Amino acid sequence: MSAAVILAEGVEKWFGAAHVLKGCSLSVSRGEVVVICGPSGSGKSTFIKCMNGLEPFQRGRILVEGVSVGEPATDLPKLRARIGMVFQHFELYPHKSVIENITLAPMHVLKRSRGEAEDGARALLRRVGLADKDRAFPSELSGGQQQRVAIARALAMEPVAMLFDEPTSALDPEMISEVLDVIGQLAAEGMTMVVVTHEMGFARAAADRVAFMDAGRVLEDRPTAEFFENPEAGRSKMFLSKILRH
Amino acid sequence: MTGFDWGVIVRALPFLWDGMKVSLMLTGAGVLGGVLLGTVLAIMRLSPYRALSVAAAAYVTTFRSLPLILILFWFYFLVPLALGRPVGAFASAVIAFILFEAAYFGEIIRAGISSVRRGQLLAAKASGMTHLQALRLVVLPQAFRAMTPVMLTQSIVMFQDTSLVYVITLRDFMTVASIVAGRDGRVVELYTFAAVVYFVICFSASLAVRSLCRPAIA
Repeated sequence: MSAAVILAEGVEKWFGAAHVLKGCSLSVSRGEVVVICGPSGSGKSTFIKCMNGLEPFQRGRILVEGVSVGEPATDLPKLRARIGMVFQHFELYPHKSVIENITLAPMHVLKRSRGEAEDGARALLRRVGLADKDRAFPSELSGGQQQRVAIARALAMEPVAMLFDEPTSALDPEMISEVLDVIGQLAAEGMTMVVVTHEMGFARAAADRVAFMDAGRVLEDRPTAEFFENPEAGRSKMFLSKILRH
Repeated sequence: MTGFDWGVIVRALPFLWDGMKVSLMLTGAGVLGGVLLGTVLAIMRLSPYRALSVAAAAYVTTFRSLPLILILFWFYFLVPLALGRPVGAFASAVIAFILFEAAYFGEIIRAGISSVRRGQLLAAKASGMTHLQALRLVVLPQAFRAMTPVMLTQSIVMFQDTSLVYVITLRDFMTVASIVAGRDGRVVELYTFAAVVYFVICFSASLAVRSLCRPAIA
């Protein structure tokens, strides 16, 4: 068993008076794919944003490669540079072309030369099936294409792990599979990742473990097959029966 | 009543042009310095550090509560006192305009930054950028794009406001026109000419702003 790339222990967070995370723990080992599911408002997006320090939390601790996210002394930009993140609403930079979106952080954070960064970006665009779109602007792309560029942008930093925050929730149904295919491909190549998603088909096919969250708690965290065949908690049974009905 | 003598304007053109150069330089310096300082104020005001945001808010509120003419006066007399030597009307006017306009540009830029989706800042930070890198490379370019029309309009207003420097004996276009009007006794001709010049410059600048903004919206 290799050391955890991401380790969260007893994470608690309040938004003002609202207690949104009530002691969440999760451990993600190298090469592991963990899906977090659960009803909306359960805190899963907040939890995943705590993992790279985009959301502050008040109690508990999160270690990324052994470095504590919550310590004031931690160099968060350096830590985040090693963890890729993909957002529900893509968040491509609208004033920059596809290739500029991908090369921006490598050039300014990793201090790569433009040529080097562009070579890397083109290779990644081929990998996500968008080799011909390098000069396009985000507004000229479909949602599925934008999300694939966003994945390429995150991969350009050569991260040790990837966080996906509902990567297909903002997509039209016919575009979901093209994005899930890319994520599934990454999983198959051994990328360490945490994926917040409602796509149970994807979870079943790609995840090593499934964590179920409800009302700020991780109620279950089990190997994928076990989770689907025999969910323990009543809440996850109900959730599964609702979401798998169709 | 004698007829109008428009020749007086032609004869005074070099003098008037000198005045116009002062007006344009004041506007240029005020806009440039005002936008730079305004950007700093906007970033401070949106900062999570309370001390920074309160300081910026206090600055903006103070300068927006005072008439420009008072600030011009104040710096004309204060800056030489502070430095211990005379700095001249132009330098004190430039300082006054930059500090005054920064309060207005700062509010415009703050609105511009706030109009950029929060997810953009998060995405930039998630990729390893520092807060300032994320602002400089991702948020501010989008904010400035959205704010360009309002900032240009503010610049036009500022160009008109430069005429106030007559109170500190600086010879801008308006002051020169007044001097010629008094010297040659041609008040109607000079003030009419000044009005036409201001109108033509400001109106064509507004038209330029409008045509500039059309592609930005698309």
